[in-house]
Amino acid sequence: MQEKIALTGNEAMALAMKQINPDVVAAYPITPATEIVQIFSDYVSNGLVKTEFVTVESEHSAMSATLGASASGVRAMTATSSQGLAFMWEVLYIAASYQLPIVMPVVNRALSGPINIHGDHSDTMGARDSGWLQIYSENTQEAYDNLIQAVRIAEHPDVLLPTMVMMDGFIISHAMENLEILSDQDVQKFVGEFKHHRPALLDLDNPITVGPLALYDYYMEFKRQQAEAMRTCKPVILQVAQEYAELTGRKYGLYEGYKLDDADLAIVVLSSTAGTAKVVVDELREQGVKAGLLKLRVFRPFPYEELAQALSGRKAIAVLDRADGFSAFGGALFNEIRSAMYDVKDRPLIVDYIFGLGGRDVNLDHIRKVYADLAEIAKTGQAAQLVSYLGVRE
Amino acid sequence: MANLKQLSQQEEFFTPGHRMCAGCVAPVVVRQVSMAAGDTPVVIANATGCLEVASTIFPYTAWRAPWIHNAFENASATLSGVETAYRALKKQGKIDKKVKFIAFGGDGGTYDIGFQSLSGAMERGHDIVYICYDNGAYMNTGIQRSSATPQFADTTTSPAGSVIPGKIQWRKDLTAIMAAHNVPYVAQVAPSHFNDLITKVQKAIAVDGPAFINAMAPCPRGWRYDTREGIEMTRLAVETCYWPLYEVEDGQWKLTYKPREKKPLTEWIKKQGRFRHLFTDENKELLEQFQQRVDEEWEKLLRRCGEM
Repeated sequence: MQEKIALTGNEAMALAMKQINPDVVAAYPITPATEIVQIFSDYVSNGLVKTEFVTVESEHSAMSATLGASASGVRAMTATSSQGLAFMWEVLYIAASYQLPIVMPVVNRALSGPINIHGDHSDTMGARDSGWLQIYSENTQEAYDNLIQAVRIAEHPDVLLPTMVMMDGFIISHAMENLEILSDQDVQKFVGEFKHHRPALLDLDNPITVGPLALYDYYMEFKRQQAEAMRTCKPVILQVAQEYAELTGRKYGLYEGYKLDDADLAIVVLSSTAGTAKVVVDELREQGVKAGLLKLRVFRPFPYEELAQALSGRKAIAVLDRADGFSAFGGALFNEIRSAMYDVKDRPLIVDYIFGLGGRDVNLDHIRKVYADLAEIAKTGQAAQLVSYLGVRE
Repeated sequence: MANLKQLSQQEEFFTPGHRMCAGCVAPVVVRQVSMAAGDTPVVIANATGCLEVASTIFPYTAWRAPWIHNAFENASATLSGVETAYRALKKQGKIDKKVKFIAFGGDGGTYDIGFQSLSGAMERGHDIVYICYDNGAYMNTGIQRSSATPQFADTTTSPAGSVIPGKIQWRKDLTAIMAAHNVPYVAQVAPSHFNDLITKVQKAIAVDGPAFINAMAPCPRGWRYDTREGIEMTRLAVETCYWPLYEVEDGQWKLTYKPREKKPLTEWIKKQGRFRHLFTDENKELLEQFQQRVDEEWEKLLRRCGEM
């Protein structure tokens, strides 16, 4: 049974957290994710959740306490953004190494400096190699759906990896949208009772040592196992999506192709910008231009085989990166997409646009310009510039 | 009052086979804490440091109790999460045992890098006992000064040179800072006075809410004393009143041991290589200054404890 209501992204995430009803939440407020924690604390104060809520003194402690709770054998969550995620950095890696199924909404916001509170992807792109699964959401509906699915994915015995679910700061977190929500009971049934698949710290009869020192004789095997867990979680993501579709009618994959199958010109982008790009795709299709879009949902694990397959046969591709890599060779998404396309026969030309930093607006004209550039590249077989910036004063 | 014979027959949660240095007093502190805990089920969190690295070299562990290490600065926050998970399970009727939560951290992980995490956990009122094994420097990384290092001590980042005579600053009074958090129980202990230590740890475990215990735990490498004299180092620190034994119970300051005769500070520091440079003619004044500050701090404590 689903209900249609209007919520902001933050409200939807907080509602999903309530319906997941974790045992422990330890969190620290940060713009633009503050509301998630604030709304959730209201649920706690009014006895609407069973959760023990820890109002920690920093994000570092938020992730540390969440790790401690998760290692104890309970379902534990937190939420953050930007500097908060950066402050958690050290512990993100540890949570992944201990293979703890922590689920965390992250509201994407630019990293300082200069300090900025608006949406870009520099925060989570920086954490892309921390060993967490990363799922990006286009809108409020997806944020809600992804968070619920993330619990099942993270806690699956073949996965047992922490998972972050993203939405764009302000653009989605503070925008009111219609969405369909499940009943509390349906969410509870879907996520199920928490089972810990590894020995837990609070199993007092079987004491374990969590987080020992492993030097060159064992460290590499720890890391290899972690990599293997990440490698094997794709089928789980798809299986959970399948079950979720049966429950809600909403289908999710590793990515969403929009008019992509026969497209000559394609944009690859994450999150809310996909919504803007879809409008332009429709416009161009009406003009007879074979434009398409690939919105990546799961960035970690990186579905390079599926992406290579979906993007092969295009003539020109533009990757839009909402975070610079400062490597002088484009953003992370561009680098990885290009690498994924290396083995594709007759591979298309691929260019990168860095855009929307610090919440800089990206409008229909910007996207139109990208498709116009792609048309030129496809025609001439040459890209004037491999990496360029969209909507910046230079 | 602890009975030594009884204590020696208890099973401890810290086993032999760890790789702490000969003459290190930290394991002695841990064992006395274990004796104090007795049969109470405990979960332990350990900050990064000597104790952590030398007791859990994979695939071995020296811990019989559930034990977790996360990072250097977050033992308090990590244990906050564990204790909260316990409360969640208890509320749901999934666990019925009474469990206590103990954190161990060195002075680096407690006074300095872990200070914020510790302060937060104390303020939030988690039912945890935090035990700092204070060896007065970052010994694990090779004897760098900390805010717990005594003034004038020669460390690798406050070396006694021709211009600067070791560490310039007086040490941070962490025990008093923890008392200022208004937690139910705070104490300073030394393993030479094991009865006092065990009694205090038992009190800390018995209280409902956060407790903090600062335990002096000399390091033979950093302090440069004969490895046989680790316990003697803490005894002299207490007898010279450099490291007084006291407790703050529900805000009441109480001296738990008063030396019959206060020994001169030199009796403690002359046995330690880190203070050798103070025993030269040109540094005579520093030695006097050091003694004077110890006297002042001692009097301040006596006044706080209503002893003068």
